[in-house]
Amino acid sequence: MASEAERAQAAASTRNAWLLSTPALVLLFCAAAGPLLIVLVYSFLAKGDYGGVAWNFSTDGWVGILFSRDIFDDTLQLADAHLTIFWRSVKISLLTTLITFALGFPTAWFIATRPPKARAMWLFLITIPFWTNLLIRTFAINEMIRNEGVVNSFLQGIGLISEPIRMINTDLAVLIGMTYVYLPLMVLPLFAAIDRFDMRLLEAGYDLYASRLQVLRHVILPIVKPGIVAGSILVFVPSLGAYVTPRVLGGGKNMMIGNFIELQFGQGRNWPLGAALSIALLLIVMIALIFYVRAATKGSNPHG
Amino acid sequence: MREGPRFLLLNRIGCTQYDQNIRKMKTHDRGDLLAETAAIMAKGVTKAFGQGETVVRALDNVSCEIRTGEFFTLLGPSGCGKTTLLRLIAGFEMPTDGQILIDGQDVTGQPPNKRAVNTVFQSYALFPHLSVAENIGFGLRMKGIARAEIDRTVKEMLALVKLEAMAGRRTSQLSGGQQQRVALARALAPRPKVLLLDEPLSALDLKLRKEMQVELKRLQTETGITFVFVTHDQEEALTMSDRIAVMSAGRIQQLGAPREIYTRPRNRFVASFIGDTNFLGATGVPGGAKLGSGQVIAVDTGGKGGQITLAVRPEHVEITTPDAEGAIPAEVHGSVYFGTDMNYQIALADGSEIEACVQSGVTGEAQIDRGAKVGIRFAPGSVLMLED
Repeated sequence: MASEAERAQAAASTRNAWLLSTPALVLLFCAAAGPLLIVLVYSFLAKGDYGGVAWNFSTDGWVGILFSRDIFDDTLQLADAHLTIFWRSVKISLLTTLITFALGFPTAWFIATRPPKARAMWLFLITIPFWTNLLIRTFAINEMIRNEGVVNSFLQGIGLISEPIRMINTDLAVLIGMTYVYLPLMVLPLFAAIDRFDMRLLEAGYDLYASRLQVLRHVILPIVKPGIVAGSILVFVPSLGAYVTPRVLGGGKNMMIGNFIELQFGQGRNWPLGAALSIALLLIVMIALIFYVRAATKGSNPHG
Repeated sequence: MREGPRFLLLNRIGCTQYDQNIRKMKTHDRGDLLAETAAIMAKGVTKAFGQGETVVRALDNVSCEIRTGEFFTLLGPSGCGKTTLLRLIAGFEMPTDGQILIDGQDVTGQPPNKRAVNTVFQSYALFPHLSVAENIGFGLRMKGIARAEIDRTVKEMLALVKLEAMAGRRTSQLSGGQQQRVALARALAPRPKVLLLDEPLSALDLKLRKEMQVELKRLQTETGITFVFVTHDQEEALTMSDRIAVMSAGRIQQLGAPREIYTRPRNRFVASFIGDTNFLGATGVPGGAKLGSGQVIAVDTGGKGGQITLAVRPEHVEITTPDAEGAIPAEVHGSVYFGTDMNYQIALADGSEIEACVQSGVTGEAQIDRGAKVGIRFAPGSVLMLED
């Protein structure tokens, strides 16, 4: 039974713990919850004439996500351009996730099966891109794939092609850039999962009449699934909101949601729409994640 | 005295000697069994690891036959090649040289999933993402067996290893002994021609190990499947096996029934690895062997003269009075209490020491004092000449 002194001590330690975490809590509120609240409020206001917001309640921002008001008769029409941007964003993000997985899984497997010393070296190499600014890395890719870039110059130089292959300012360029940028985010969680994988299970699988492909499908993939889920989330979520890469490599036309939101706060001068788009993106990502995690962990834990 | 394994010495025991052993076995031991009925046949199998200077021969020209339906044990210290031989049979390793036949079929180049053998791994290697029942059904599922058939077999297997109540559990929720049973059921479910067991009991505590020994023997009898069991535990090998192959330094040193291996060890390694043995240096003389201390004892030396090595088990050494008939004078140097037995260290006149094992008395006190002058005699027929 707890004595009076013990209870007092426990209360004091709880108080101290709260006190110690106060700076972090304040920061979290100011930097995350607060701004999010402001964005939410803005999404329900009318747009100001020169940007900013007018303090009148309005759902125009939310309606504007899917519909645009006709300039002449003020009727609502489905905004095809918006839908195209959403679809492109989802498509590129999904493709980025798939490609980084396809490239990242063998890479992670390779690293995890190296001797410990070599493993540290490979992991270190994987993190090198993080040392350079994202913008600079993206411009470097631009330099590689633009019409007069390294790749085209080389291919033309050796006479393989006569006209440059047009890659810059296409969805392909955005995809290449995103794959490059987010690959480490896929490799690292996959490596962590594969590193924990008991390689002796491979022999058990082969011994029980599974072919190499069946071992991959029925033994390896289900067991490293937590790593696949984590990697996919780490790649898909920032991909969907990507801004720099589509801007630099996709040009003005191949916009993604991130660029579209920026446009509303800048040239578009439609802050409520931008705010509504941001909140919508957040909700979509959250819902998608809930479904994805549910589906991915189904069957792997009966108590989950 | 108790002897440790002498690997270096035994490196010299060639394959020719072993081949002779096989031939001998074929004539009187194998009886009417034909070579075609062997569940497993290894023909001149060599497995070398590493390259150039550092090449290590884990198996050196090993040949043996494992009969259909028998409980066959590969026994030896770690690094003797027993696990390598098992892995070659399973298909996890490919031999550097030689052939492996399963049920008369040459499977040398085939991958594990094409071989009708299953393995119970030392670590069990159960699939953590599958339930007990799914683990057991895995092999059948990979073989493409129909769902209903799988369910039926899994049920049978669960009953066989007495785990019906655990069918839906995760393997991580089971105790070591239960995991062991799942591993067994999983390997038995596809009804392999041969079940390979890689030191499956080494992770269990003593009591559970004893239980599982009985259990394994029961499973083998009930299923009629050929078991190839790898162990370094001589007692386990003696109690469970129909036949034992004692291995050392990549070679089979002796192959035979447990009783034969224990009572008639061929060489110094087998004699010292299986049970305790006294080794005595002697000279072959007509009618027996002359010990260093001068006594001549009756041994079948096959007419061999010169330096020979004799072996006698401690329990066959009788301690008597110095003036008893045929006794070799000796002196007691010490005694160790082992519960049921009492071991005496005894020095002969020429300084060689031997050990005698007698049943301990009711009090467990030493019956013979240290320094006592005694005589020792060997039980008739208990002294063997080794092929060293």
